[in-house]
Amino acid sequence: MELQQRVEKAFTDALDLPADVDWATLEYRQYETWSSLGHMTLVAALEEEFDAMMEADDILEMSSFNKAVEIMRKYDA
Amino acid sequence: MRDIDLSGRVALVTGAARGIGEATARRLIEAGCTVVLNARTLNDEAQAVFADLDALRPGSTTIIDGSVAEPAVVATIARTIFAKYKRLDILVNNAGIQRDNYIGMIPDAEIEAVMVNNVFSVIRLTQALSRLMKRNGAGSIVNVASILARTGNPGQFVYSASKAAVIGATMASAKELGPSGIRVNAVAPGLIATRMTEAMTDADRRRWESQIPLGRVGSPAEVADVIAFLASDLSRYVTGQVIGIDGGLVI
Repeated sequence: MELQQRVEKAFTDALDLPADVDWATLEYRQYETWSSLGHMTLVAALEEEFDAMMEADDILEMSSFNKAVEIMRKYDA
Repeated sequence: MRDIDLSGRVALVTGAARGIGEATARRLIEAGCTVVLNARTLNDEAQAVFADLDALRPGSTTIIDGSVAEPAVVATIARTIFAKYKRLDILVNNAGIQRDNYIGMIPDAEIEAVMVNNVFSVIRLTQALSRLMKRNGAGSIVNVASILARTGNPGQFVYSASKAAVIGATMASAKELGPSGIRVNAVAPGLIATRMTEAMTDADRRRWESQIPLGRVGSPAEVADVIAFLASDLSRYVTGQVIGIDGGLVI
């Protein structure tokens, strides 16, 4: 699976997003489920998907789907 | 009475090279736990202590040196535990420093050092490592506070404040992490025979001892026993508590 698809999977699993979500514009807090609590659920899903432990700075900087894809590149072993 | 069995569990003990940290690491290893040992500096003394601890059950320890006051060290600890064990069941936030000075005579650098070492480290480690615990839906965090968080003491203004902050952090994290199956408790040791209490003046020591209903100073092993209890399933319905280990000094 491509990296972007793996990130999409984690987002879908964690945030219960609508089927027609626009990944390119998706940002933190755009949907109710991507709250600060949802963000930690998302981090857990990404860590599970990539079998990694994310750095605190990356967690705080992950403000959009595109940013998440960029960040997860470094965890894509 | 059942003994404490921590077989298969992975623990991190900060400040494990001496005193309460060393006794806790020893107790956890004896209970079957794999223990990640942290010390600020891996000097000869720390190396000797850690060799003794590993000899209790060869291969049961991993050493990560560095001050947990440094965010980079916390990140290294998290990465190492994840890479080696993929899990963490028990976190004992024990590392700390004590600097005594009277109000009006406390340098800013001292205030900062005490708060960073005693409080920031607890917050950072909890933040980084509770995520690893969440993966298993379980975990136990034990923060080492102090009786001084409740009583205060002249000359220990900053230290007392730092340990009171640890108790606040314990309460808040217990509430927030409880739904994820993670328990957070604190111990509040009283007068315990460690190097930190050796720094007390004789007058201070005598004054404290005279107030202890059980009539003696405690030992690091007696603190470690309570920490092991809080780390184990024997305390599975206990969270957000501060357990005094002080011979009745605060009742």
